Amino acid sequence: MAILVTPQTKLLVQGITGEFGARHAKLSLDYGTQLVAGVTPGKGGQCFEHGGAKVPIFDTVADAVKQTGATASAVFVPPPFAADAILEGVDAGLDLVVAITEGIPVNDMVKVKRAMEGNSRTRLIGPNCPGIVTPGTGKDSHGGCRIGIAPGYIHKQGNIGVVSRSGTLTYEAVWQLTSRGVGQSTCIGIGGDPVNGTSHLDIIKLFNADPETTGIIMIGEIGGSAEEEAAEWIAKHGKKPVAGFIAGATAPPGRRMGHAGAIISGGKGTAAAKIAAFKAAGIGVAATPSEMADTLLKLM
Amino acid sequence: MNIHEYQAKQLLTQYGVAVPDGDVCKTPDEAFAAAQKLVAAGHKMLVVKSQIHAGGRGKGTFKSGFKGGVKLCKTAAEAKDLATAMLGNVLVTKQTGPDGRLVSTLLVAAAPNIKKELYLAVLLDRGNSRPLIMASTEGGVDIEEVAEKTPEKIFKEHIDPAVGMMPYQARKIAAALRLRGDAFNAGVKLLPGVYKTWWECDASMVEINPLCIIATPDGKETVVAVDAKISLDDNALFRHKDIMAMRDLAEEAPLEIEASKFQLNYIKLDGSIACLVNGAGLAMSTMDIIQHYGGNPANFLDVGGGASKEQVTAAFKIILSDPNVKGILVNIFGGIMDCNVIATGIVAAVKETGLKLPLVVRLEGNNVAAGKKTLAESGLTLITGDSMADAAQKMVKAVAK
Repeated sequence: MAILVTPQTKLLVQGITGEFGARHAKLSLDYGTQLVAGVTPGKGGQCFEHGGAKVPIFDTVADAVKQTGATASAVFVPPPFAADAILEGVDAGLDLVVAITEGIPVNDMVKVKRAMEGNSRTRLIGPNCPGIVTPGTGKDSHGGCRIGIAPGYIHKQGNIGVVSRSGTLTYEAVWQLTSRGVGQSTCIGIGGDPVNGTSHLDIIKLFNADPETTGIIMIGEIGGSAEEEAAEWIAKHGKKPVAGFIAGATAPPGRRMGHAGAIISGGKGTAAAKIAAFKAAGIGVAATPSEMADTLLKLM
Repeated sequence: MNIHEYQAKQLLTQYGVAVPDGDVCKTPDEAFAAAQKLVAAGHKMLVVKSQIHAGGRGKGTFKSGFKGGVKLCKTAAEAKDLATAMLGNVLVTKQTGPDGRLVSTLLVAAAPNIKKELYLAVLLDRGNSRPLIMASTEGGVDIEEVAEKTPEKIFKEHIDPAVGMMPYQARKIAAALRLRGDAFNAGVKLLPGVYKTWWECDASMVEINPLCIIATPDGKETVVAVDAKISLDDNALFRHKDIMAMRDLAEEAPLEIEASKFQLNYIKLDGSIACLVNGAGLAMSTMDIIQHYGGNPANFLDVGGGASKEQVTAAFKIILSDPNVKGILVNIFGGIMDCNVIATGIVAAVKETGLKLPLVVRLEGNNVAAGKKTLAESGLTLITGDSMADAAQKMVKAVAK
């Protein structure tokens, strides 16, 4: 078991013929992910070919879903068109839309969130995120479900859930686990933007309920209060050991640190406040990013 | 992106928000002409305001010794004298840091008869992904202080982005601001314009502090935006060519402008250990781990998903132009990128820039063994780190020598 996606999940890629989308569609195929369809408006009827695999391309997500039974999507569409692509996936009744695209205007995401209100069918992950990996049982975790841009081979099938806003910091945590022989149930990057589809708390709830997940690494960063909310919930309902790390202790206030959401404003969203919330909730806090895996393993 | 007060007022005016009459001036003569026009229109009091992207202008001091970046006056001649004292001089405020900012533009405006100063802002509430109006009867002061000491004096109203600000919400906010009579009606007209400016310009923040109740010459009351600050969502600038044209490069750090040309995300800090990292989260935590082991980061630098030779070379050049830098820590998790390609890029960049400072490289990921071999066989005196902790400790030690 895992959360959100399993090795059987049928995936489609929106923007499969773009350079970015094509590159990662190939890597997902190489990883053994069930990539069943691509969507590029105007290229319906063509095929995306890689290593002997022929993935049919459709003009619309609705068509792709109808013809292939895909239930999840990875959005690689450029920022000006990404909000539209996300809502197309929602309209097509997908279970999961993972928006990889970086640089979507915040107000576009405000509209997307508003349009998705009351929709209990589709979950949005991202945008501006590395995506999701549920590792497989093959060599270098081959045969898993890889949605997005994370390197597949760093994973190992197992029982630790990883949730983070950042890409490379997620890989860092995953690699620390794998290097110590510890596998992961599912690893999720929820994205570095101020408005995202799924929060730390949403993922923590799923990990908490997943019988196969026995421990959790939660990586946060400065800005907003999502980490505090997750910590508060863990204090009341958490059933599993959680290790946490917060990036940005040295970031100056008022500056956007790469991620649009990583900014301390009006004295809110500081690393110190988040670390304090983690500690108060009994979350093991890694003093440095090098100790994320070890901090969790000590708790288990 | 941030814009100047006069530019913010131009945007607000487009959405029907009342601001005091005034003109933008680049020379004392222009200030004289602008002031003359305002006097002729019947304005009894004028204000000359330095245009820089930093707050605290009124209480700031010019390096020339002249006090105040915002000054009142009554005549065109006085306005010209004030302009002469401000233009071409560096203004230091509590927000500029000791270097201050060069004042090259002024706003010469009517100074209305202010009855009461209020506060108004529009921003995104990240908690529920909805626009939020913040209003307070306590204007003209530091709103963060109000929020901390008297939070009950801050009124909040969320806006449903599907319908925008409804008239009843404007009335609610106007009432919360204790506007009455003519001022109430003026407020109800002004508020949707402020929200629309935020929404349609893709602003991340619109702040009017103070929003003022003023007495008009005919004895009535109205509300006007006496000051205005707007910051914009960089991701949305592609659809606002007019706003993009408002960018003032003189207000941005030269190294950060240079970095943006190479898709590098660079923010200068005041420590001595420079870092070069791929990914924003990893870049932030690299700064953190440097500090954890007793060093001080000189910058935030995210080279993005890849790390090409051109990017690394440009990054080294930018880093090296900071005289405080005593060592460079490279931390790359090459998940998809071939670490050997990255290592080759690092070696080439070191040779091209003639780097003399200690360099610690921590590489991890795809084809890392070949990458480490390339580094080892390069003949360069670089130090390799096995983990982030190892690399950071070696770096701090190398700089301490």
